[in-house]
Amino acid sequence: MTSVMGTRMLRKEDPKLLTGENKFIDDIHAPGELWMGMVRSPMAHAKITSIDTSGAEGMPGVHSVYTGAQLQDMGIGVGALPCAWPVTEDMVNPPHLPVAVGEAKHVGEIVAVVLASSRYEAADAAEHVVVDYDELPTVSSLADAVKDEAMAHSDLGTNKAFHWPLDPNPEGTAAAFANAAHTVKAEFIQQRLICAPMEPRGCLAIPSPAGGEITFYSATQVPHILKVMIAATTGIAESKIRVIAPSVGGGFGGKLNVDPDAILSVTLANHIGLPVRWTESRSEAAGSSHQGRGQIQHIEAAADENGKLTAVKVHLDADMGAYMMLITPGVPLLGSFLYTGVYDIPNLSFTCDGWFTNMVSTDAYRGAGRPEASYAIERVMDIMAGQVGITPEEIRARNYIAGGEAFENHEAASTLVFDSGHYRPAHDRALEMAKVADLRAEQARRRDAGETKQLGIGMCTYVEICGLAPSRALGGLNYGAGGWEHATVRILPTGKVEVVSGSTPHGQGHETAWSMIIADKMGVDPNDVEVLHSDTAKSPLGLDTYGSRSLAVGGVAIAMAADKVIEKAKLIAAHQFEAAPEDVEFDAGSFSVAGTPAKSVHIQELGFAAFAAHDLPDGMEPNLQEQVSFDPPNFAFPFGTHVAVVEIDTETGGVELLDYIGVDDCGHQVNPLIVEGQVHGGIVQGAAQALYEEAVYDEYGNPLNPSFMDYLVPSAAEMPSIKLDSTVTPSTTNPLGVKGVGEAGTIGSAAAVINAICDGLSPYGVTDIEMPATPKRIWEAINSNGGAA
Amino acid sequence: MDVSMTVNGTAQSHDVEPRTLLVHHIRDGLGLTGTNVGCDSSSCGACTVHLDGQSVKSCTVLAVQANGSDITTIEGLADTARSAGNATGDQDWHPMQEAFQQCHALQCGYCTPGMVMASVAFLEENPNPTEAEIREGLEGNLCRCTGYHNIIKAVQSVAGGDA
Repeated sequence: MTSVMGTRMLRKEDPKLLTGENKFIDDIHAPGELWMGMVRSPMAHAKITSIDTSGAEGMPGVHSVYTGAQLQDMGIGVGALPCAWPVTEDMVNPPHLPVAVGEAKHVGEIVAVVLASSRYEAADAAEHVVVDYDELPTVSSLADAVKDEAMAHSDLGTNKAFHWPLDPNPEGTAAAFANAAHTVKAEFIQQRLICAPMEPRGCLAIPSPAGGEITFYSATQVPHILKVMIAATTGIAESKIRVIAPSVGGGFGGKLNVDPDAILSVTLANHIGLPVRWTESRSEAAGSSHQGRGQIQHIEAAADENGKLTAVKVHLDADMGAYMMLITPGVPLLGSFLYTGVYDIPNLSFTCDGWFTNMVSTDAYRGAGRPEASYAIERVMDIMAGQVGITPEEIRARNYIAGGEAFENHEAASTLVFDSGHYRPAHDRALEMAKVADLRAEQARRRDAGETKQLGIGMCTYVEICGLAPSRALGGLNYGAGGWEHATVRILPTGKVEVVSGSTPHGQGHETAWSMIIADKMGVDPNDVEVLHSDTAKSPLGLDTYGSRSLAVGGVAIAMAADKVIEKAKLIAAHQFEAAPEDVEFDAGSFSVAGTPAKSVHIQELGFAAFAAHDLPDGMEPNLQEQVSFDPPNFAFPFGTHVAVVEIDTETGGVELLDYIGVDDCGHQVNPLIVEGQVHGGIVQGAAQALYEEAVYDEYGNPLNPSFMDYLVPSAAEMPSIKLDSTVTPSTTNPLGVKGVGEAGTIGSAAAVINAICDGLSPYGVTDIEMPATPKRIWEAINSNGGAA
Repeated sequence: MDVSMTVNGTAQSHDVEPRTLLVHHIRDGLGLTGTNVGCDSSSCGACTVHLDGQSVKSCTVLAVQANGSDITTIEGLADTARSAGNATGDQDWHPMQEAFQQCHALQCGYCTPGMVMASVAFLEENPNPTEAEIREGLEGNLCRCTGYHNIIKAVQSVAGGDA
């Protein structure tokens, strides 16, 4: 049988999704269910002076109404929501109750909750709860938070939540700057982004009639983590909680939190003995779901006379929002290790201050800290190239780790060890595919002709940290959990293979990829493999999906468990052959004795032998089932080169993304079809940050663009077709040599697009443009210098 | 109010609240949950169905407005192709469903029913579109996973007749 690994196998997930048979959270119902209607604060920071629920209580379909204070009195859902990443010993972490008591700290914070028989009745009743507020001073931007004048939390006396340094060699950095021939100093703003998976969040908590068990359906990326956290927050015994993530319609980080709605639905369902559900509305999400990014980056770089960088110094101000959610404080720190990018820069000094604001919390969004870091260093490389007088291509070539040649185990200035890399081939291939020489000629022609529409070419050579994560490394960062992943592989009596996955898909195609790994290892038909996942009753152990970890940790665990099954099956085969195990060979699913291939047994046949257990080797336990918890020894470091080509209308400031080229290296690929899909989507999300998306707040902390009417998730009309290729540099971190690709596109594309715009505008004296690069910002940048090219 | 409509070839009659959106009637009233809701401003197109042969965002239509109409949802799409004799592939699907799988034009699948329905209706209006026309034609349907690249390829492959 030829191996399916590396083939473009069509996805097993697709038929249900293409026919509407599939069940997302809002498609699942329980008899007697009640809908939660949330009463949310319209004020960003205010004292709650009174809440009158009487208007809602008599309304049709209304079961009950609860304020935060009432829930406290009843002892329901009183536990603060968890933050699993207290990044420093003295991090400030004000309690985040599911329903506010006393004060509201951001627009959208829940102040009361209605239970009613239908979604319409719940929404109607929530509108009839009357709340009086006394407005308090509001911190409506990160820039304001840093001033530390108005306080996001009245009682804290400061907005600063923590100070976190990463400075392995301060003397080295100081010396590098003292001796630099060139320095660059820049400030970049990473605007807040709305995660916006197409499926809004939602949940359904179903209590059992007796016994105290609760089944919790959630549109979540992290059912296993959620189970632990619900237990820790509510006091319900972990063994009584079953969490099921049905089909989940995208996440991008936006569905990895422990949100107020989760704790409320579980605790209220438990209290009243009826199922309780909630589905977020899109406009509600701006105040009910965490957002991404929200940073101000102060970065300085030093270089010698040839443009060889010698040090990078970064101070990050990071917007936490109103509360610390699950990994809010850790997200900016995930980028700290990547401010030297793919370059051999010997010194890195990094500090991060976390700040509270009166906006909804920030937390993970595709890339989580790493796109921000990649953006900053890649912008700096272009600016430095301009200063040194060399091209963006040349400055990168001069700075690559190992001179762009293949390497393994490179210790970066951050002290992290890059597993493997080979940067120059991706660089060369991307420039070749983009036909950069032709583009430069066309650019020169347009400039000479003074044409209205100017061309810009930008590149980004990124590296990312994925395969989160070695548990010890997480421990060193004070993260409250490990980074392993668990897998079980069993051959059933009928010969079918059952895989239990601890990592949890929400669009990535785990069922297909895991089936391919098993098919390759065991020599079985991928259609004979069934993958169980996303249900803590079927898959009790797992750490779920985020940080491009599924394949590099979870997929590897599956491959290792398959190896153990094969090892045991070999002993059974040897027993049947009356041969020594070392004389038994395994090839394409069949065991045979070396030299006598005519006599063979297929591994799937041994499923029944192990199940029946009539004739197993002495002392062997029945059944063919093995499990592995794989804790990776290191992260994996995928990389790539992206090139963006933009056309800028210098009269209107409008930008069109004409062409986009990505050459990515994620190590060995299980299924290139899936890899390409991940990269396409990632590129568009990063380009959208560069060009369109920003969660905008007014001075009172009101979200100004909460709906899809005005939050500009790009459509097909804004995006070009994308040209992709790949190189393969196997990871040394895991036996499959795989790296991870979920976030790669996003990590490469924002910088490539902005570099292209700045390149196109360089004749106008423009050296930087803030994201999103709106027509207004571009027009102003062009015209701030009198408009003269 | 009594509302009657033919949905995926079956006559349906229900008493609905006058304010009920067509999409909620389809999902909650008729139990056809393949049609999804992705926003509350008629921006995302996840709820796209065919109403008397035209694609509409079913969140912009009240159920009562659809009284007397003929509706096709994603659940009924393959049957329309089978009736028309142009179902295709191992699954005997509508060519657009088949093309979406072949081209990997879906990931999480949430926008997919609406995207497929919009694509089918688009090609009925413009059977031989350019890439730019496809992109413009699907501008009312948002996808967060695919970057649209493979969706465009899928529509092109059906338009080109080689799906």
